[in-house]
Amino acid sequence: MSFSAGLLLVTFLGSVAALALFLWSMSRGLFGTGEAAGRVIFASKEIGLVEEPAATTAATEDELQGVMNRTGHTGEFAVLTPEEADERAMLDASSKLPVIIALTGAVTWLVIASVFGLVASIKLHAPDWLVHEAWISFGRIRPAHLNAVAYGWCSLAGLGIAIWLFPRLLRTPLVGSRTAAAGVLLWTLGVTGGIAAILMGKSAGLEWLEFPWQVDIPLFLGGTLVGVALLRTLKRRKVPHLYVSVWYISAGLIWLPALLIVAKWPGIHFGVQQAAMNWWYGHNVLGLWFTPLGLAAIYYFLPKVLGKPIHSYHLSLVGFWTLAFFYSQVGGHHLIGGPVPNWLITLSIVQSMMMIVPVVAVGVNQHRTAHGHLSALRYSPTLRFIVLGGMMYTLASVQGSMQSLRIVNTTTHFTHFTVAHAHLGLYGFFSLVMFGSMYFVMPRVMDWEWPYSKLISLHFWLVLGGFAVYFTGLSIGGWLQGMRMLDAARPFMDSVTVTAPYLYSRTVGGTLMTLGHLVFAAHFGVMLLRRGKRREGAALLRRPMPTPRSSGSLSPTGASV
Amino acid sequence: MMARDGEVSVFKLAAGAIAIMAFATGALVFMPYVALSDIAPPEGLKPYTDQQLRGRQSYIAHGCIYCHSQQPRDPSVAPDMARGWGRPSVPADYVYDKPHLLGTMRTGPDLFNIAVRQPSRDWHLGHLYQPRAYSPGSIMPAYPFLFERRRGAAQPGEVVVSLPPGYVVTGERIVATQEALDLTAYLLSLDRTYPVVKTGDVP
Ligand code: HEC
Ligand code: HEM
Ligand code: HEM
Repeated sequence: MSFSAGLLLVTFLGSVAALALFLWSMSRGLFGTGEAAGRVIFASKEIGLVEEPAATTAATEDELQGVMNRTGHTGEFAVLTPEEADERAMLDASSKLPVIIALTGAVTWLVIASVFGLVASIKLHAPDWLVHEAWISFGRIRPAHLNAVAYGWCSLAGLGIAIWLFPRLLRTPLVGSRTAAAGVLLWTLGVTGGIAAILMGKSAGLEWLEFPWQVDIPLFLGGTLVGVALLRTLKRRKVPHLYVSVWYISAGLIWLPALLIVAKWPGIHFGVQQAAMNWWYGHNVLGLWFTPLGLAAIYYFLPKVLGKPIHSYHLSLVGFWTLAFFYSQVGGHHLIGGPVPNWLITLSIVQSMMMIVPVVAVGVNQHRTAHGHLSALRYSPTLRFIVLGGMMYTLASVQGSMQSLRIVNTTTHFTHFTVAHAHLGLYGFFSLVMFGSMYFVMPRVMDWEWPYSKLISLHFWLVLGGFAVYFTGLSIGGWLQGMRMLDAARPFMDSVTVTAPYLYSRTVGGTLMTLGHLVFAAHFGVMLLRRGKRREGAALLRRPMPTPRSSGSLSPTGASV
Repeated sequence: MMARDGEVSVFKLAAGAIAIMAFATGALVFMPYVALSDIAPPEGLKPYTDQQLRGRQSYIAHGCIYCHSQQPRDPSVAPDMARGWGRPSVPADYVYDKPHLLGTMRTGPDLFNIAVRQPSRDWHLGHLYQPRAYSPGSIMPAYPFLFERRRGAAQPGEVVVSLPPGYVVTGERIVATQEALDLTAYLLSLDRTYPVVKTGDVP
């Protein structure tokens, strides 16, 4: 007890000291170049100009611009010259091949994974449904769902968006588009093999690491090839500053292979040590792979659509480094109460609380950037998904920090409450952000508008409504389940029966989400074929006319003042 | 000059990312490795037999872990012991567990000591064939594909499952496959009632 308490104090003080040192070094300019770096995502005089390729008509984009003009921003020229527009079109086209492959793969896995999830959900209240074949039993469909969402949908979407962002962030055409495309294909191949292995009963047995190690080789090589293409692009960059999204994406691409190698090395892990490793991997793949990719997208699209630099570039760097430091040590909070060494749990709980620092940094930054422009959400599908996803990032994280406290965790640990949290994070935050990003990116890549604006709204309301039902029901059900389980006076079966209505409500919510995904996939398919209504006045990029500004000082270069 | 500035940040970024990851891996993977690698198996714990290992493999293949944990908690935290799930587990209990099967869900009860609570092979076979025959309202899936339905006279060597009345069609019998027998053998090996040397806070 006293050892743990001492350790708690020491790690806490150590972390605070590290944070203070970090803030000091940043204030001395040791870590970057300040506000100018926040502007590198804009062309020389572009600040003030909205960009929303998913706006359904040019008129909508004008409305969006109107909102920004009314609600005010930094007050510069708000123009994109024809040359700059041409350059951007060239950059966007440079990554076309790998981006199309990655995003098509992502959407395909999204649909497959949702069907798996739905089948698993129904089985939990209809346990005698589809029981005659091993491959479709709950114990196979459920890990197939998890791996298909994590490595199929989320990873491929994240990779596709990252590949597309790099040329824009570095103002350099993608170097090695074919290399990246080959990497994405290898990755898809690996996921397919892994899901097949799980369905055939060849799972490696560890949660989040079910793929047999042979299958991880194409995943690893695929990720490396994408990394090589992005690194080569990075070396040729034409921007003076690295935008924060570059930091997140590059770090994610360094971390993932390291995680895979340590976790998958055959023959070294054993017993409880393997359990510790399992959750070191489990939370790092969430915190150091999906989260950075999701945040990189928010940090780009939020300011870019609004035509307004991120509130504080320094704050975004605080967020980056504290996220890396604290998140990498939280794995033990998945084993609270388990037979693992006490110090490991304590360390993880402390760092889970410290996670409030990067979460607040990201939250404040987003809030201050979007503040006052909320009516812009009406005209921008991208923003709608991204702003909501960003809010759910904050919610999931605050919930996560609470959930790692022993008093809460004792109740929630083994229950559906955790599953609700998992969906708040990976669905509410990550998946919504990816939807929003894809709405922005696809028109630029295909040079074609989203054909049916109604389908975008339908998608949005179906997944939002479905998710609300899913999350609320399961959180309540999970909490009640935990309370029943802790009550020694009640038989265990009480904790099973109490969840029944909530498991039904999950199926209802999940059905709505799946329908939303089918709508999205259909729309995406029409987009890929460049079919559907042709509209007058495409809201694509080429709008070189300057927008009259009501007020504001004009800085001659559009650079930092 | 600008480019040089950029180079420094790329280097700092990569170095920082790698250093932080190395630190975390040291704390969460390497230190437990060192702390736990010389744990001796308790006297009362026997290695798994070949049949039990085959059964363990099918426990993995059929994903029992997504509903069942194997890590009873301390009585000061939760009434796991009172439910008959066993004493709090310690690292030494897991020395033969590769891969580990601690689990993070308790849609069903903890199984770390199921052999103590439920020592009957017949019960386990029948329960796997149809959980609701033994536990009304259970949401555990049925595993009929681990059994064969046969008609006619019983053959020697067959393990026929005895189910409560109403769960077998008259004239038919339910025969356990080798896989069902292996899985049950594994379940029946899950007994950690031997005493452990309390080591206190494992450093
Ligand atoms: C969908 C979740 C689920 C899955 C998957 C599952 N179980 Fe269960 N299991 C339960 C529930 C709920 C109970 C409690 C009710 C009962 O006895 O059926 C239970 C009870 C048990 C019991 C009796 C425990 C006791 O304390 O009496 C055993 C043994 C068992 N399961 C073994 C297995 C095995 C072996 C597998 C894999 C082949 C498995 N279970 C898969 C949910 C599940
Ligand atoms: C401060 C940030 C966060 C903290 C402290 C945190 C904490 C936790 C804790 C304690 C658990 C384990 C619950 C248990 O088993 O008892 C958990 C599970 C989980 N979290 Fe978070 N969380 C955070 C943010 C996120 C985010 C942003 C995501 C999504 C990207 C996420 C996704 C998940 C998932 C998927 C699980 C389930 C893992 C599993 O059991 O398979 N979390 N989180
Ligand atoms: C596409 C976005 C989705 C993502 C990113 C996602 C993610 C996840 C994750 C991370 C888990 C593991 C939870 C844990 O271990 O604690 C999980 C489990 C699950 N998900 Fe999803 N999911 C998605 C969609 C769905 C849908 C549409 C359904 C339909 C109902 C669904 C139903 C389930 C079920 C039933 C489980 C198993 C829970 C259990 O084991 O008790 N998911 N999902």
